[in-house]
Amino acid sequence: MAENIIEIDDDSFEKEVIQSDKPVVVDFWAPWCGPCKAITPTMEALSETYGDQMVFTKVNVDENPLTPSKYGIQAIPTLIFFKSGEIAEQITGMVAKEKLEETIKGIL
Amino acid sequence: MTDTNYDLVIIGAGPAGLTAGIYAARARMNVLLLEKAVPGGQILVTDWIENYPGFPEGISGYDLAEKMKVQAEELGLKIETTEVQSLNISTDIKEIVLKDRTIKAKSLIIASGASPRKLGIGEDKYMGKGISFCATCDAPFFKEKTVVAIGGGDTAVQEAIYLTKFANKVLLVHRRDELRAAKILQERAFANDKIEILWDSVVTGMDGLFGIENVHIKNVKTSETKTVKADGCFIWVGILPNTEFVKDTVKTDEFGFIIADAKMQTSVPGVYVAGDVRDTPLRQVSTAVGDGAVAAISAEHYIENL
Repeated sequence: MAENIIEIDDDSFEKEVIQSDKPVVVDFWAPWCGPCKAITPTMEALSETYGDQMVFTKVNVDENPLTPSKYGIQAIPTLIFFKSGEIAEQITGMVAKEKLEETIKGIL
Repeated sequence: MTDTNYDLVIIGAGPAGLTAGIYAARARMNVLLLEKAVPGGQILVTDWIENYPGFPEGISGYDLAEKMKVQAEELGLKIETTEVQSLNISTDIKEIVLKDRTIKAKSLIIASGASPRKLGIGEDKYMGKGISFCATCDAPFFKEKTVVAIGGGDTAVQEAIYLTKFANKVLLVHRRDELRAAKILQERAFANDKIEILWDSVVTGMDGLFGIENVHIKNVKTSETKTVKADGCFIWVGILPNTEFVKDTVKTDEFGFIIADAKMQTSVPGVYVAGDVRDTPLRQVSTAVGDGAVAAISAEHYIENL
């Protein structure tokens, strides 16, 4: 369940995301964002299936302003998929599980 | 009738679809609800709902959606996340084509809702980089900044007021010389120092290197144009029905909203419609919920008489 998704912050972003050997998906979210909460079950389900091939993480944009600002994020939920430290895919807004699964398969 | 998977299939898990699901589950119908993204529908992007009875202090859109979903699921409603591709509904057995299979049902409720209308002024280029349709998601990114909001209806005015919690200034651009929003919302907007209304005006475009920096505005009466510095642009100019999969299988109005009778039956027997996707004079949570209840009971009666 949720323990498959690692909570990261501005300090650990470089190590956990940029330097990761595996592809990483970062879910930029905030407690005040309804749609962010609404996609959480989808992310949890996908982390169950793909957690051994891809690292699932989330960044609370309220507590960590530096990382979202570095990536020019002005809307959430935003999911950024990183591969070897580079952005492979970026999705903003509510998104269906099927589409996310296609994106993940495309990156793996 | 043979070979059906379900008594009833409901498409869309907004307030209309979830209510239909609650009634159908309580009627012990064999029912499946299909949702393409996440249950809740448009209220998920609504900051605060204060005209739905039973919540005197108001309730957040997300919380209301979550409560409806939990209520439906506790009654045994099955919700599957998948996008409907097309419908074959010309015979008694209604076929719903999904990506991985086709399911058959005795009756169908279309409650697929609506999506914000776009203006074609650069939304796609600046989506997530200043363009937004969701103040509750994105307003905090515009703390102490100037934003443009477009529209004059309930959503535009309510969300413009919400934006002022974060933005220094909200320029509300409206193409007419009066607002359509409920009077209580108009009063709040007029009393809010951070809101400036640009009457008789439309946004014609925007520019900026990485995100929005300038928004171009034209007065439709004087044809005068001007450019304002703004970091964001929120658009609430009405909605369009989510009916890609419906095509021409049922009768619609000129905008594509599905036409139904008082029982929510469409032009095809056994096929019902509920909520914002219906041709209806008012689109609210309260009306969607009513549509959903009527549609489910109509479907139940229809099946009993097959």
